[in-house]
Amino acid sequence: MSLVADIRTSRELLVNLTRREVKGKYKRTVLGQLWSLANPLAQMLVYTLVFSVIIRIDPGPGVPSGLDIFALWLMCALLPWSFFTAVVTGGMSSLVGSENLIKKVYFPRSALVVANTLASSYTWSIEMVVLVIAILLAGANVLPFVPLVVVAMAVLLVFSLGVALMLSIANAYFRDTQHLVTILFMVWFYLTPILYPISEVAKQSARVGPLIGDITVLDIYQLNPMESFTEVFRNLLYDNRLPSAGSAMECVVWALVAIVVGGWVFDRHQRRLAEVL
Amino acid sequence: MTASIEVDHVAKRFRIYHERNQTLKSAVMRRRRAVFEEFWALDDVSFEIPQGGTFGLIGDNGSGKSTLLKTIAKILTPDRGSIRVNGRVAALLEVGSGFHPELSGRENVRLNGAILGMSRSEIDRKFDEIVDFAGVEQFIDQPVKNYSSGMYVRLGFAIAINVDPEILLVDEVLAVGDAAFQEKCAEKFLDFKRDGRTVVVVSHSLPSLQNMCDDVAWLSHGKLVETGPAPGILDRYQESTRADAHHGADGSSHWGSGEAQIHSVELLSGREPVSRPLNTGDELTIRVHFTAHQRVDRPVFGLAMESHDGVHLWANNTRDTNRPLDHIEGPGTIDCTVPSLALQAGSFRVDAAITDSSTTHVFDYLRDGAEFSVARRPHEEMGGLVSLRGAWGEPAPSAPYAAPVVTAARAEGETEPA
Repeated sequence: MSLVADIRTSRELLVNLTRREVKGKYKRTVLGQLWSLANPLAQMLVYTLVFSVIIRIDPGPGVPSGLDIFALWLMCALLPWSFFTAVVTGGMSSLVGSENLIKKVYFPRSALVVANTLASSYTWSIEMVVLVIAILLAGANVLPFVPLVVVAMAVLLVFSLGVALMLSIANAYFRDTQHLVTILFMVWFYLTPILYPISEVAKQSARVGPLIGDITVLDIYQLNPMESFTEVFRNLLYDNRLPSAGSAMECVVWALVAIVVGGWVFDRHQRRLAEVL
Repeated sequence: MTASIEVDHVAKRFRIYHERNQTLKSAVMRRRRAVFEEFWALDDVSFEIPQGGTFGLIGDNGSGKSTLLKTIAKILTPDRGSIRVNGRVAALLEVGSGFHPELSGRENVRLNGAILGMSRSEIDRKFDEIVDFAGVEQFIDQPVKNYSSGMYVRLGFAIAINVDPEILLVDEVLAVGDAAFQEKCAEKFLDFKRDGRTVVVVSHSLPSLQNMCDDVAWLSHGKLVETGPAPGILDRYQESTRADAHHGADGSSHWGSGEAQIHSVELLSGREPVSRPLNTGDELTIRVHFTAHQRVDRPVFGLAMESHDGVHLWANNTRDTNRPLDHIEGPGTIDCTVPSLALQAGSFRVDAAITDSSTTHVFDYLRDGAEFSVARRPHEEMGGLVSLRGAWGEPAPSAPYAAPVVTAARAEGETEPA
């Protein structure tokens, strides 16, 4: 696949573009890179206040970790989700925003999307390190699971990159895509068990009963790829146990499908980018 | 000579959108993406660009020359045909695109170098040369948004030219920087040529093309008109671009809007019409006979000289030499005197023009208004076109331990001793 070849030949370019993203973002700010932690912290405070203190959602303690802190439980799923949306929205604007460059210089265009993904990964990694430290301080020994968390992060990265490649091309042709995606992400966010445990969905699903044949609401709900990722990250970080093979496989398959389709779409359409932008 | 670029039946189609549907709503409502007309920006163009030397792409606006350059640079993909490029390409379509304003000059050199395809070690190796060439040593750690536009452009240019491409594509960006920087660039282009590299340039400026190009391809409405050695094609192109070109009764070729006309260009030497070959160092007066059919305010007279093989040697006009003229009306003459003809033996042609004060609107341009020759004489300089009257001294013994100092400029070209 030429995407792989492109990435291999433009390693130097990727390094520099990524550095541009990372460094350029917080230039001329006093707090610099610390700002990247401000957003997740604020989200954590607000969501914890609303969903744990006011609405009193109780996901129950992690098994076997014994952790029972809503804020940590939330962040284990919220950080991967935020990374996913950052990669996709950032990837979309990276092509449109580099219009001038694309029209004037030839270089593998996928480098822009990949570099944006890498820059987001850098920020995400810092956030995850902070989260792991917080979990350790809360008394759960998450360290043995860190290697698997890194693997899960890599799989989510591939999935996000695939979606970003696809949507960034779509956005170059139709600028509506970015607005549509904003709405889509809002719906998707609430349809993913980030703020509430999936057990609540199972409860409601059982109440409604099977829809068609054996298919329940829960089955349809679980088609969501981010549901599997959420479960895997929570299992590893919050519960400190291995995720089910089914969820893990689902993540890998989704990632492969996304990157193959995304790479193919990008490949087919990137040659016309200089014209459509 | 091998071809460095082979353009093989290349066609490129563009769509002119009447209603561009970049929104989904309009796409859905119309059930098709857009209402558009197609046109061929390039239509079955084939030619080869030889290796080494400078190749020009000429043509009017919309002739497809920039499209072709972008296609060679792989920014655009041809709809039909193919382009084979033998060697590493760097394109200078717009200098400094891709600079990040908040990053320092140093970081931007790395970034831009990487975009242009340089490896890290290459950038490290050439870093000093780039910074030196651009003349921004003091500011290299400042964010580039604090750069003056000149520094910005110089840095961008310095990076691109140091990519060390076998083929350099240049689009109208030669007119950057001050005179000193322009000279540096011209030198760099000469170095390129000497190293047997290829420069492909698109420009509207005929004089600069005349000076630079060995070969050209002339495009018109997406089709190739002709390709080959530059001088002949550039002349024909220049004449074709003037819809108002006409030929005088004596076969001379003119173009211009005609409010004022040049009848003839007379050459005088010591008040006598020139009838025999001149000598190097003679005084030469060029007299332009004209008629202004109506009052023309603040006209500018210009002269240009070419060698017989089309090398642009000299040009001079009343605006540049700061001799503003108030107005002309009716018939008249105007003289331009060259005190000492600094030309070696050869034959030369003179063009004359009357333009408005901006020199962009041409009332009349007369090609080959006069011809003269300079005789070959003993004890004069020989070789090349201009006579600089260089004088030799006596050989002097050098100090025993010092190497012989040869500081004279390295002899270039086909200079032969007499």
